Amino acid sequence: MSCELKSKIKSIVEKYSNPSESLIAVLQEVQALVGYISEESVKCITEITGIASSRILGVASFYAGFRLKPIGKYRIMVCMGTACHVNGGERVADTLRRVLGIEAGDITEDGLFSWEEVACLGCCSISPAMMINDTAYGKLTSEKVVEILESIKEQEAQK
Amino acid sequence: MRFLLGYGSCGIASGADFVLEGLNEVLKSTEYSVEKVGCNGLCFAEPIVEIIDDNGNSTLYGRLDKESAKVLAEGVLKGEMPEGNKFTDAELNFLNSQKRIVLSGCGKVNPESIDSYISMGGYNAFRKALEMGSDKIIEEIKASGLRGRGGAGFPTHFKWQSAKNSQSDEKYVVCNADEGDPGAFMDRAVLEGDPHRVLEGMMIAGIAIGAKMGIIYVRAEYPLAVKRLQLAINELREKKLLGKNILNSGFDFDFSIMMGAGAFVCGEETALLASLGGNRGMPVTKPPFPAQKGFRKQPTNINNVETFANVSWIIENGGSSFAEMGTENSKGTKVFALAGRVKRGGLVEVPMGITIEKIVFDICGGIIDDADVKAVQMGGPSGGCIPKDMLSTPIDYESIAKTGAIMGSGGMVVMDENTCMVDMAKFFMDFTSKESCGKCVPCRIGTTRMLEILERIVDGKGTEGDIDTLMELAESIKTGALCGLGNSAPNPVLTTIKYFKDEYLAHINEKKCPAKKCTSLISYTIDEELCKGCSLCSRKCPNNAISGEIKKPFSINSELCIRCGQCIATCKFGAIKIESGVK
Repeated sequence: MSCELKSKIKSIVEKYSNPSESLIAVLQEVQALVGYISEESVKCITEITGIASSRILGVASFYAGFRLKPIGKYRIMVCMGTACHVNGGERVADTLRRVLGIEAGDITEDGLFSWEEVACLGCCSISPAMMINDTAYGKLTSEKVVEILESIKEQEAQK
Repeated sequence: MRFLLGYGSCGIASGADFVLEGLNEVLKSTEYSVEKVGCNGLCFAEPIVEIIDDNGNSTLYGRLDKESAKVLAEGVLKGEMPEGNKFTDAELNFLNSQKRIVLSGCGKVNPESIDSYISMGGYNAFRKALEMGSDKIIEEIKASGLRGRGGAGFPTHFKWQSAKNSQSDEKYVVCNADEGDPGAFMDRAVLEGDPHRVLEGMMIAGIAIGAKMGIIYVRAEYPLAVKRLQLAINELREKKLLGKNILNSGFDFDFSIMMGAGAFVCGEETALLASLGGNRGMPVTKPPFPAQKGFRKQPTNINNVETFANVSWIIENGGSSFAEMGTENSKGTKVFALAGRVKRGGLVEVPMGITIEKIVFDICGGIIDDADVKAVQMGGPSGGCIPKDMLSTPIDYESIAKTGAIMGSGGMVVMDENTCMVDMAKFFMDFTSKESCGKCVPCRIGTTRMLEILERIVDGKGTEGDIDTLMELAESIKTGALCGLGNSAPNPVLTTIKYFKDEYLAHINEKKCPAKKCTSLISYTIDEELCKGCSLCSRKCPNNAISGEIKKPFSINSELCIRCGQCIATCKFGAIKIESGVK
């Protein structure tokens, strides 16, 4: 186990007076640090707090907000809310599946993109919508989705 | 002169940052600056700027971009009110026909400044409540007739009274801001646009039940709301409106924020409490009720965002003024989030008792492209679809429940003739089957079985007994599940079977989707008369399903066609048609 990871997780845990009660907040911070809830980080939390790894994984697998797999540099969240559905949201998902060549929850080989279906983003007035990292995109069509992906790829190629 | 820019999530997603850039370019050398406010609910016309002149007159501008924002600012500086991008009277009617209490500060107050909230009378109700004391506060809430705005409509005073009656030195006030109902965004708008209103309501509840701690359980998917809440709490602490012995009253109070991790079931009180304790959000049997044994096994009062947002108004204006609005059993106003196939989607706050029809047509301008309305979905995955001929139903808890839907938290999704009701039922069942916590067998397995049947039906593989099996499963889930999620999960299926049985039968018996929506039951064809052979569709088709010779009619290969609709969107001649049934 990497000592560095353990000491970072330790400093997260120490912020909470009752880590067991604050397990969700701890996991949120660990996910922000590692990118997902990795097996290694679960082991670290158990060693530091004594919370059984079965409980940690139980909580992590219960909530949609926790990921047990790594995400891409660009994390795409496709809104599956009612308004987006009525206005053609599944086309957005279909387009991503087609263009990226991966299923929801997976990551592209270059590590650039991952996409997932999420419950309502609350941007119903600009449906269908998706979010890439912290930016929301609305009134999407297949064409617009392709354009957005292309522009990101271009940006990355220039780096 | 003031320049207010709508800077909620929806505004930002629609390009409020570009508008800000445009305005700043013009205003940077002047004494004016742009004030960022929350969403005023006119979501259909984002990004929005409101100009308030020195006499307090307001003019609204919508659908702005960087260039039009510059033109606007230049015009205003010259003392003119430019006509371009100005809201039309019909659009303004959207706002003017509302009665705003919960939303009164949204789009008016600067959500990142406590002084802005105080200058509009903020925290006066809190000061008054400190003098009134517990009993009088609960009396006013009782007189107001306020009922829980999260959906179930439980009388608020009753919850407060029982939490007050529970004896303990340690009590909690919890705000349920885990707005998980897909299609609803009222709470997000209030938290982002006027966070102090919610906090003030919680503080008053704290006085009423004798709690020293307020916890806001908010969705992690609302980062802007979390940020603004935290800022608001920090400001309250600086002003010494939180902490020990607030305003020398002897009352202690403070807040903490907990971010949810994405589970719809956590909207249920006992599941929320489990989640607050760092566990899987699984409901438990009541009693004991949270008011007796809640967070940390102590008396806890849980209300929804909108419920708390009503409290300061009631305390300031009196419960009886609140009770003057609405119907006999449903008092006050209700905020709805209008979305779907409606012309002017956004936030609508209206007195209870108004009809659904009035909201959809008079306030929101009717259906996109003037299409025919088919149904209005209320209550999300726990609610139901109310058909066209029942849209004159007044909005109150009991009347809505009679239709088979529920009032719910306020999501209202409008559907037109192109919406397939079987597909909608499948959509909601997909949602609830994923969100079922798995504790109760009828809910965990029943929703999955119902989903499988619905998937078969939209796929053209439905069989004769399917509707009966769906009804039977629905009954077992409704009676056999412990919590509200399971009890209400079959509602979307039951209401669509009740009001749109012919659509189910068309799918099952004729293998047709009347709304031409279910991809397994439709095919795309090109009208040879209308096709000019421009080849645009063929070039845009992602699956190379369209071929032909230039200047001659093209054709679609049904086997390759994935029915994505790209060709229809690109064809300039309207030559591509969707036909019911598979070729």
